[in-house]
Amino acid sequence: MKILVCITHVPDTTSRIAFTDGDTKFDKNGVQYIIGPYDDYAIARAVELKEANGASVTVLNVGGVETEPTIRKALAIGADDAIRVNAEPTDALFVARQIAHTAKDGGYDMILMGRESIDYNGGQVHAMVGELLGMPSVSPVMKLDIEGNNAKMTREIEGGKEFLEVEMPFVAGCQEPIAEWKIPNMRGIMTARTKPLNVVEPVASDGSVAYVKYQQPAPKAGVKMAQTVDQLVDMLKNEAKVL
Amino acid sequence: MAILVVVESLDGKLKKASREAVSYAAQMGGEVIALSLGDTDQEELATLGANGAGKVLTVAGNFASSSDAAEAVSEVMKSVGANVLVMAQSAKADMIGGRVAIKQDAAMVSNVVSLPDTSNGFSVKASIFSSKAFAQVEVRKDKKILVVGKNVLEIKEDCGTASVESASVNVSSDNKIKVTGQEKATGDVLLPEANIVVSGGRGLKGPENWGMVEDLAKVLGAATGCSKPVSDMDWRPHSEHVGQTGIKVAPTLYIAIGISGAIQHLAGVNSSKYIVVINKDEEAPFFKAADFGIVGDAFEVVPKLTEAIKALK
Repeated sequence: MKILVCITHVPDTTSRIAFTDGDTKFDKNGVQYIIGPYDDYAIARAVELKEANGASVTVLNVGGVETEPTIRKALAIGADDAIRVNAEPTDALFVARQIAHTAKDGGYDMILMGRESIDYNGGQVHAMVGELLGMPSVSPVMKLDIEGNNAKMTREIEGGKEFLEVEMPFVAGCQEPIAEWKIPNMRGIMTARTKPLNVVEPVASDGSVAYVKYQQPAPKAGVKMAQTVDQLVDMLKNEAKVL
Repeated sequence: MAILVVVESLDGKLKKASREAVSYAAQMGGEVIALSLGDTDQEELATLGANGAGKVLTVAGNFASSSDAAEAVSEVMKSVGANVLVMAQSAKADMIGGRVAIKQDAAMVSNVVSLPDTSNGFSVKASIFSSKAFAQVEVRKDKKILVVGKNVLEIKEDCGTASVESASVNVSSDNKIKVTGQEKATGDVLLPEANIVVSGGRGLKGPENWGMVEDLAKVLGAATGCSKPVSDMDWRPHSEHVGQTGIKVAPTLYIAIGISGAIQHLAGVNSSKYIVVINKDEEAPFFKAADFGIVGDAFEVVPKLTEAIKALK
């Protein structure tokens, strides 16, 4: 079985989000980068499937050379090799085209990724890749098991869960609790250094959207503290008018 | 120019977010056509007229497979000549939108929080970085897909009437996805749809203390939620986890009990209109993100609050 896991290289969830150049660029200054938390679930599940059934796990990232430490971390968690498409991602369509182009002749049985990246939160790439490759795509997947040529999945829907049978090959956008996040051990970190990380050049994609200006949310006016429960009820009733 | 809006229903009732999406499209100007996939009551669909739809099209069938749904949406877009597709943010919209974008060579924007600005091209404001920032996004293709966030605009209630017709499109299913079952989340009010949410954190000390959270939720007609540590420890089911990697909610009122307010939790709640924080630690970071707060022991404050609200009603 061949598994492709697509990962994003994104600011740590605790990062302060700020912008530079007249609010036209994300301020990378002092920002710690991590594997996208949803992508981390996808890798963890891929490695579990490999341990249970035997599989090769390839990690794919679209990004510049600065994403390589993030890719090495995925290798340390248990992926076998990696591909970096050497380009700064510009929009979801661009990323989807790179993934589809790379995966087209790869013979992957499944393409896993997070349900969305935590920087632009589009949640579009899995569906685009599915369409480009003519594969079924499912998201957000919270449970994934393989039985023969089919995958059994549990998908989160508004108000509950949906149980699916999906034909392989497929694309899945993952979220918790599909697997437990894995922390690389020392042996993983050592072997990751010598695992293959192939760099390929991107294919062309026309821009569909452009992020022209950024903005911080307006700060909250400040919290109003109630001294008693009655005061709190009064605030909710007369100021917020929610009771 | 026609605008197509995909609407969804839950238990036979149209979702509030779908009505918002129809009203959003109506405020863009132009002919608004709603599209319902699968089986929803015609009378229910006709009520979309009040929200701004001129016509409602239906396609009968089973749309479990996102590729089938995307094909139906794409075919209807073509047949009505729509250049813009509007959807409310949902688990289904995410699955359909990206596929339609490829089929129609359309540009897609998720988490849209404003009406388009057409003064110079076509751009919309979108929430990014898990609601920690916004971006003005220029849409650079003729065909556009806008996935609109919750509570962005008021629902219009007095627009007019809509006819309901079945759309004449043929979708051949690829049968690659089969739904084998569904399970409903517990609780009377669904978390992602709730107008009021009451959430508990580690400050509640254990799952046996959730009764008071449920009591408060009950008098408010609210859904119950929890922080990530609480669902990680299995005190509450994952379907109640509110936060960056859990459910993102946008209720009118969010009440946080015994939750310190880690940035990952805030990312899931900062689209709420009003936030109330109940915490015994006056230094809890959540107070900085709150509108109203009270410092106190949850075990005293929450039952009192429940009684006070009950008395009010």
